[in-house]
Amino acid sequence: MAAVFPFSAIVGQDEMKLALLIAAVDPKVGGVLAFGDRGAGKSTAVRALAALLPKMKVVAGCRYNCDPERPAEFCDECGARATKGTLKSVTLPVPVVDLPLGATEDRVVGALDLERALARGEKAFEPGLLARAHRGFLYIDEANLLEDHLVDLLLDVAASGENVVEREGLSIRHPARFVLVGTGNPEEGELRPQLLDRFGLSVEVKTPDDLPSRIEVVRRRDAFESDTVAFITKWAKEETRLRKKITSARDRVPSVTVPNAALERAAKLCITLGTDGLRGELTLMRAARALAALEGEKSVTDDHLRRIAPPALRHRLRRNPLDDAGSSVRVDRAISEVFG
Amino acid sequence: MNAALAWSDAVAAAQLFAVDPIGTGGVLVRSRAGPVRDRWLAILRGALPPSQPLRHLPLHIADGRLLGGLDLNATLLAGRPVAERGLLAEADGGVLVLAMAERLSPATTVQVTAAMDAHETVVERDGLSLRMPARFGVIALDEGLEDEFAPTALRDRLAFHVDLNEMPLRDADEVEINGEEIVAAQERLPSLKVNDAQIEAISAAAGALGIGSMRAALLAVRVARASAALSGHAVVEQDDMSLAARLVLAPRALVFPQSDKNDQQQPPDPQSEPFEGDDNTDQERPDLDRALDEVILAAVQAALPPDVLAALRASAGRSRGRSQGKAGALQKSNQRGRPAGVRRGELRAGAKLNVIETLRAAAPWQPLRRREAAATGAQPARPRVLIRKDDFRISRFKQRAESTTIFVVDASGSAALHRLAEAKGAVELLLADCYIRRDQVALIAFRGSVAEVLLPPTRSLARAKRSLAGLPGGGGTPLAAGLDAAFALSESVRRKGQTPTIILLTDGRANIARDGGQGRPRAEGDAISAAQQLRAAGITIVLVDTSPRPGALAENFAREMGARYLPLPHADATTLSKAVLASVR
Repeated sequence: MAAVFPFSAIVGQDEMKLALLIAAVDPKVGGVLAFGDRGAGKSTAVRALAALLPKMKVVAGCRYNCDPERPAEFCDECGARATKGTLKSVTLPVPVVDLPLGATEDRVVGALDLERALARGEKAFEPGLLARAHRGFLYIDEANLLEDHLVDLLLDVAASGENVVEREGLSIRHPARFVLVGTGNPEEGELRPQLLDRFGLSVEVKTPDDLPSRIEVVRRRDAFESDTVAFITKWAKEETRLRKKITSARDRVPSVTVPNAALERAAKLCITLGTDGLRGELTLMRAARALAALEGEKSVTDDHLRRIAPPALRHRLRRNPLDDAGSSVRVDRAISEVFG
Repeated sequence: MNAALAWSDAVAAAQLFAVDPIGTGGVLVRSRAGPVRDRWLAILRGALPPSQPLRHLPLHIADGRLLGGLDLNATLLAGRPVAERGLLAEADGGVLVLAMAERLSPATTVQVTAAMDAHETVVERDGLSLRMPARFGVIALDEGLEDEFAPTALRDRLAFHVDLNEMPLRDADEVEINGEEIVAAQERLPSLKVNDAQIEAISAAAGALGIGSMRAALLAVRVARASAALSGHAVVEQDDMSLAARLVLAPRALVFPQSDKNDQQQPPDPQSEPFEGDDNTDQERPDLDRALDEVILAAVQAALPPDVLAALRASAGRSRGRSQGKAGALQKSNQRGRPAGVRRGELRAGAKLNVIETLRAAAPWQPLRRREAAATGAQPARPRVLIRKDDFRISRFKQRAESTTIFVVDASGSAALHRLAEAKGAVELLLADCYIRRDQVALIAFRGSVAEVLLPPTRSLARAKRSLAGLPGGGGTPLAAGLDAAFALSESVRRKGQTPTIILLTDGRANIARDGGQGRPRAEGDAISAAQQLRAAGITIVLVDTSPRPGALAENFAREMGARYLPLPHADATTLSKAVLASVR
């Protein structure tokens, strides 16, 4: 694995970084979609997040990353083993699994283990990418170019949190809950509305347009490339600090209160914008709570809502496809209307 | 810039690329095939160490070959899955040549650029999960004409953009490159550093030239370093920075740098990235090495005559995003359809055997069949895999019934006067519906004496809307020319396997004949013959009558071409769009 550019060393792109951190704090917020300019560091940020995430406990030997502390959600294999005795657990990095565009369906959902079938004539299931991404992140670069039949698969699994495989005489189901992270460039095509809706937060990425940050981008990238080890060492402290922030925010999320006033504001905002369904409100609340936890506060305030509303809602507006870049503006307008 | 200088820059690009193929990304060579390009390629080959692999990427390469997958032959022989390296992994440590890069499909582009970014390929195919190193430089041969370009995602990652289209052969001198110099430069490369002031200067120059992507400045820094290595400099010097700016930044420039404040009145190109003017940035970086800054900009300016930039500015908006491999996108969804799973089946003509799935189906039965075969006294061990008819799996492809709606808009004086604005509104509403169905749309307008395809089939509705909004009205009504253009476009749409639908908005008052001559009778005769041609082709057409008093003229005309006739009611555009939709269904 090649060295990864540190997350905290990424210049600017505050909205994207915040969205990724929120998704890391509370996976229930749903995934993050980062759409925008070329060469603005979208992929860099996602790869950096993978290196930043705190490690997680996994049942030793489990192929589906089962959580030893949640026996109710065990896969069939862990369930069977748990009845025979206590399971050992190991600490592993949180998986950030790439879903490459050229992937075939069998590798995504899993299929008959070809090697064992050929060599020993055994019928065994070989888990796919969805199994590997369980409790972690599934990353699709250029999500708008993903083939339709793979999108269908993802939609189904992302909705149910479970991967059901019925093929080649195999009948397997296993948990597959992951945070979907997609990046792309809108010039190359749009995302199917159904897939768009699955992303909790949607951020617009722009290349920095002020000179000092542009210089800083080039300078840091150059430093990283010329002496990778030194650069990573230099940023290690900052990375550790950020990692601790995520861990403590995770612990705090359940205790962050959401006052009724905030709930009302959120509902009003969604009504003003005419978002479809309740998903917008739910995401808004969850993201605001994760944001409050990240900043060490005890309850959700207007400020949190105001900051997180654009990424939580801008892709849920009833779309006017001819509107070039109207959604952010519309959200901003609604925010100033509701919050005064 | 004269041809000799341009050629020496092209040669310099080849040398610097050879010094650092991976760091500089590669060279985009915009040129038709010909002796000049051949000569440049020969120079490049001379510069590259002979040990480096040089792999050619065929245009319509399948994902399996590109990324790697199951090596079927070896798998069958060995009785266990054997992986085969893909082209990207094979190019590791060498150079990947993309011929006809302007036709590269978005899917292939993404695979190549992903490998360039990650320096490895990730294979998740055919039951295999592999990571293979893929560090290579790219030579993209772009033979595009006018507005056809190699995909932006690729161009963005290639440091050098060399244009040899205008290069006369007599100026393209043959140059011998000393391979040892290149090797020596490669050894010096890691120790060369670029200082802060140089980074600031190159970023400022990129900004002043309206270059949005952050990659340009990064690539320029690497090129400067390669240049210093090649010239044997101990540190990166001003010459290296100037050369890097000229080679990397100049071809990407969207705005001519303004040194004179009076010139700033000139409106910036709306398509270029937003960027603060000089005066602002000056305040923010008082300590910047101004001299270096100016040297770099001067280097770029020398490489760019102003008229070229003016042309560039004009085309910048149009070329953006237009080049995304139209051919590839269509080919993927139509000529073979999207994969829709696999089923058990027989090998009839045209059926596509899915070998992997067939093997999978056969695999669990092997020990059993082998025992059976042994019991019946058949030859043991050969063939390694016993495949029966039941195992055959056929790939199924689903042909998406994709349709392209061609809007043919009469923008002549008579139409403009009356209802052009309303027609535009109606088209916008119809576009929204096309978006929901993910149809492609195209736009043809006719006025004066010609018809023009304003927008070739696209799915980008924002662009459709833009070109519609910018549509001027006035002039004669060359209806025949408009219909001919619509016919030609629907034929090309059909050839791609899509279904064309024409929505014609006109008042039917043709007054310009095919040859551009005036006179109503001849114009109408031509229009009717064009209409009959459309009817013969059996294309679904809706004629929307935009005249103030809809009447017999357009209705008669609709009959001639077998079109559904719809008068544009004196109501809002919504009514019209509903009516059109109802008749298209």
